[in-house]
Formats: sequence, structure tokens, C-alpha cells
Amino acid sequence: MVDRRAFLKTAAAPVAVCAWPAAAASDDSRFIVEASFYEKLPNKKIRCKLCPRECVIDDRERGYCGVRENRGGVYYTLVWSRVCAAHIDPVEKKPLFHFHPGSLAFSIATAGCNVNCRMCQNWEISQSRPEQVVSNYLPPQEVAALAKQNRCPIIAYTYGEPTVFYEYMSAAADAGRAAGVKSVVVTGGYIQQDPLKKLCRHVDAVKVDLKAFSPKFYKEIVNGEIKPVLDALVTLRAQGMWTEVVYLVIPTLNDTDEQFTGLAKWMKANLGPDVPVHFTRFHPEYLLKNLPPTPVPTLERAKAVAEAEGLRYAYVGNVPGHPGENTYCPNCKRVVVERTGFSVGSVNLDKGKCRFCRQPVAGVWGA
Amino acid sequence: MNRREFVITGAGAALAGQNEPKSRVVIARDPSLRGSGRNIESARLLKLLDRSLTAFYNRDNPLEAWKQIARPGEVVGLKVNCLAGRGTASTNPLLVDAIAERLQQAGIAAKDILIFDRLSSDLESAGFRLSDRAGAVRFAGNDVLGYEEELSIFGSAGSLIARAVTRTCDCIINLPVLKDHGIAGLTAALKNMFGAIHNPNKYHVDVGDPYIADVYALPPFRNKVRVAICDATTPQYEGGPSYMPQWSWPMNGLLVARDPVALDWTGWQIIEKKRAEKGLQTLEAAKRKPAYIATAANAAHRLGTNDPNRIDRVEV
Repeated sequence: MVDRRAFLKTAAAPVAVCAWPAAAASDDSRFIVEASFYEKLPNKKIRCKLCPRECVIDDRERGYCGVRENRGGVYYTLVWSRVCAAHIDPVEKKPLFHFHPGSLAFSIATAGCNVNCRMCQNWEISQSRPEQVVSNYLPPQEVAALAKQNRCPIIAYTYGEPTVFYEYMSAAADAGRAAGVKSVVVTGGYIQQDPLKKLCRHVDAVKVDLKAFSPKFYKEIVNGEIKPVLDALVTLRAQGMWTEVVYLVIPTLNDTDEQFTGLAKWMKANLGPDVPVHFTRFHPEYLLKNLPPTPVPTLERAKAVAEAEGLRYAYVGNVPGHPGENTYCPNCKRVVVERTGFSVGSVNLDKGKCRFCRQPVAGVWGA
Repeated sequence: MNRREFVITGAGAALAGQNEPKSRVVIARDPSLRGSGRNIESARLLKLLDRSLTAFYNRDNPLEAWKQIARPGEVVGLKVNCLAGRGTASTNPLLVDAIAERLQQAGIAAKDILIFDRLSSDLESAGFRLSDRAGAVRFAGNDVLGYEEELSIFGSAGSLIARAVTRTCDCIINLPVLKDHGIAGLTAALKNMFGAIHNPNKYHVDVGDPYIADVYALPPFRNKVRVAICDATTPQYEGGPSYMPQWSWPMNGLLVARDPVALDWTGWQIIEKKRAEKGLQTLEAAKRKPAYIATAANAAHRLGTNDPNRIDRVEV
């Protein structure tokens, strides 16, 4: 039995699931292109303008993400086409429940992340520098080609934090679009407004991890700030981007009714009632091994609170077989998308409407 | 206050510390280190090193001083700081050569001396000549030597430690450079261990406090570093950690201490004095007071002392 950690450790060797270029990464210059969002400062310093952290970085130093480096006053990303994990996943694993259900997503990541969540499940790649993980060279055209070759209608930028490989993600999404493959982003949403708005031109859906509804949690557990994430969510909706929210429920840290209510009220007021929210189960990992897995009744309570506040699509996640994984028609309450884990069962939708009562169900459902 | 709180919060610790010896910090200088030119002369640097070590260990003979640090058969790691590349903001290779020479004369085999930092390319760009010649002093970056797979955790720090520290070396000689740091205020002995963990970028926030102290408190560092010899031949009082020659000066000195907190506190005062001479604001006014030094001294860390009354500053 391969545990989750062993699985991730071997993530750089996905030849079993897709045709992977034979040569491992050796020529670092292939991975280095000038960054798109930064400002030059005196004495060869730069200020990164990609994420709200706005790292001021000296010559020869890197930013908080560990994958962007100042070289003589010019700022570079070190992870262009530098893929350290590639898998074929159901889109439900992201999770995106209202976006082409049952589709496969060619899912890729590079090293690096712009926060440092104490509960990170992929810390071995997200909290590493590019040279510390095994990577392969996978240029944007190859990403699109591999997605097509493996019958994936979707490319997912996931596992780590795609914001840190922004330039590569945008280019891969363009290559995918040209080949008829859509792109979805799985992100913490800790990104500045300008790059986010520009990203919306390239991709088709975004799942945001809203890690708590508490500035204190963001400061102490995430090592970030909540406000830019909330701003990002509002912008995504304003840009017409299909958006879903995940809230990882961690015992004692973000599991009060007050927090669930605050989240639900904010979502309804700022994003509307149709944005799905997934209350997912925490498992002890990384720097939070002292807490137990989330009790299922806590997730059910969160779902109930969200629904009572008027959110139409609240889910229980990471509990395979739980009825809270299904999508229910907000009108007749019958199951319109049946799920078990990441598998999709019956789909009772017809052109985005409930097959039983013709109620529109928000989402991007495909043909 | 119960007994446990009394001990942890310092009242007990302060009482307990009253009978402890002071932390010695030797500051050795040689105004003629560069002879009549601008470059440091290796023979004079070796003499300066000898003078600093004999003073620190109270020995007449330099080799006797070196024998206090390592024994034959041990593998000795020299943790340099060369992220800034070529220039005086990296540990001077002449100093490292002198230390390797004295270690060998003290009975340490050349093959048992490992000079390391984060990346091999950093070592090369700082002027170290990498070699894998059998029997020679070894040079290698942690990118080549690797990191542990299990996290080491203390306080806010959770990091993978370089195998050079955990597996290869029996002891470490810490060889930082004294300089200003744009985020942490100061970089010297404590912060130099950032080059021996996999994720230093995560700790360059909040003026490095408490991260710098937390990282140094990880057992492999706390237990294996035997002495710090800080390169203060050409410190930098502004614009660090990058090499900015316009803000460096020829102090022509070395700082030696076993207590990294006392060394950093002493180095901080040197930097502040030079900043004042140059008309610059204090690091506190510049919003980068190196508060991590006090954190490293507190009851939760106990890495040394930042109390000037408990520092035995010796100038030679």
C-alpha cells in the first residue's frame, strides 16, 4: 500500500500514467525566463508584484516562494516548464464539482509556494526550491499535447501553488486552448489584482482554498493574509470566472459555528449563493500533526450552517461515500450529480437544468 | 507563578545564570592586514587567525587552540556564507584556507574537512575552487550533498537540515560574515545556519524574528557548532546582504566566540557604531532591529547571552 507521502515522493515519475519526455531536467537555463510582474529598485534590488507579499529582493536572493530570483537587478522565474509532479486526476479531485463532471484533468505542478500553511499536504514540493525536487522539462506545447494524448479535456495547475509559476501556467493554458483543452487553477488565491485579472483571460475555472475566515488564522497558520484572498474571490466572480471554494476544516482552529456563519454570509453577500463551497476533512500533516482528523459531524454542521445562510451548493469533502458529496437540485432537492469519492455516478442534468424540475443548476456542465 | 513558569520565564533562569561563566567574544584586528595595498595578505591573515584563537582558548600555541575545537578522526564542517558571490560580502577564501591549514596541522585529515554552503555554484562564484580530488579538502553545496527527509521542528521553524550537518560532519565551525541585512538587520553567526536548511526563504519575514533563533535552536546546529569565527575583515554596514562595496569598510578583524548570541550582539554594536559614524539611522529606526538576537537569548531558546554584563569582550 502506497501512503500519501510515498505517492507524492514519486510524483515526479509519472511515466506510468502518461508519456513523459525521457530526459530529466539538467540544463537549468531552459527553466529560467524573466518574470512578468516586478519593479526595479535602486542598488539592483527588485520588488515582486505578483503576490501581495511584495518581497523586496536583493541581488542573488530569492523571494518567499523560493522559485523567483533576482539576478543582477533582473527578476526571473526559475520554474518555467520545470514540472515536478504530473498526474491524471478526475476534476472532482481538485475539487471542482460544477465544472465538466467526470472529466479527467492533466494535472501539473512545479516546486514553490507563496505561503507556508502548517497543514500543507504537499509540503515536500510546495515548500521546496526547484533544485531540491526532481523535475522534468515540459514546455507549454507538450503540456497541451500530453493532455490530448491522454484524453484529458482539462489541464489543472495544482498540488503546489500555481501563482508562483504564473508565466508558465498562462502559456500552457494558451497552448491548451489552442488545442481545445480547458485550464483550471487550484490556488490559495494569494495573488495581486493585476496578474489575477490577466490570468482570467487564459483559464476557464478556479478553485480557491479559503483556509479560514479569520485574519488571525491566516497570520499564524497560513503565514499570509486573508484580505487579498477575499479580494481575489470577488475579482474572479466579477471577471465571470467559474469559481469554487474549499474550506479545510481543522479541529479547534477554524471549526466554530461563528466562523462557518461568517464565511457563508460573506460568500452570499459578495459572491452570490451559487458559488459551491466544499467543507473538507483535515488529516494531520506537515507541521500540524498534533491534531486529529476532522470529525464527520463537524463537516456536516458546516454544511448545514452554509445552507441555512442561503448557499445553494455546500459539500462535505474527503469523506468518500458521504451523501454530502452529491449535488442536489436547489429546488426539488433531488440528486442531480451523484458522486462517490472522485467517481461520478448518475448525472441528472439536461443543458444545465435539473432533469426532474427544470431548475437551472449553476456550473459549467459541458455538452 | 508556579515553579515551572518561574524557571521558564526567566526569573529562575536569571538566578541560575549568575554563576555561569561569561561568554567570551574575542575581537582581533590587524591594521596592517592589507600591507601597503588593498588586498588582504594571506600570511597576515593567518597570524590574525592565530592571535584570535589563542586569545579565545587561552593557549600560547595556535595548534593547541585548534585541538580544543576538533580531534583527529572527526569530520569538521566549515559552514561558510557565500551567497553574495565574489567580493567581501562572502566568507573570504583566504580565511577558509588558513583555517583548513591549521586544522590539518592539528591532526585533522584533509579529507575530513568539508567546506559547504547552500549551492556549489555559490561556492564557486565566491572564489572557492571545488575539488573532488581524493584525500583533498572537500568543497560541496547542499544541492549536491542533499537534505534530510524528515522535518526538524523548533518553534516556528520546520525545516529539512543539510546532511552535511546531520550525517557527514561530527562538528561545525561557523564562518559567517559580519554585515547588514536588508530584512533581518544583521547577519552573522545565528543567521548563517539559514544556508544549511532547505527553506530559508520562508524565514525572511518579520525581521527574521523568531525564525533565525528557532532555526539555530534545532538540535543539529545547537549541538554541533563548536565555535564561530566571523569574518570581519571587510564588514558591510548598509545594503546587505548583497555585496555593496560603497558601504563596506576595512575593519581588518575577526570575531571569535562559542556563544553565537554574544557574537551577534557584539557584531551588531560594531555595525551600529559604523552606521552612526556614517550618519545613517540606527537599525531600529530603519525598522530592522535584529530582535532575533534577544529571542535567541530568551528562556525558550537559551542559545547564549545578549546581556553586555555577561559578555567578556576581549580585544587583541
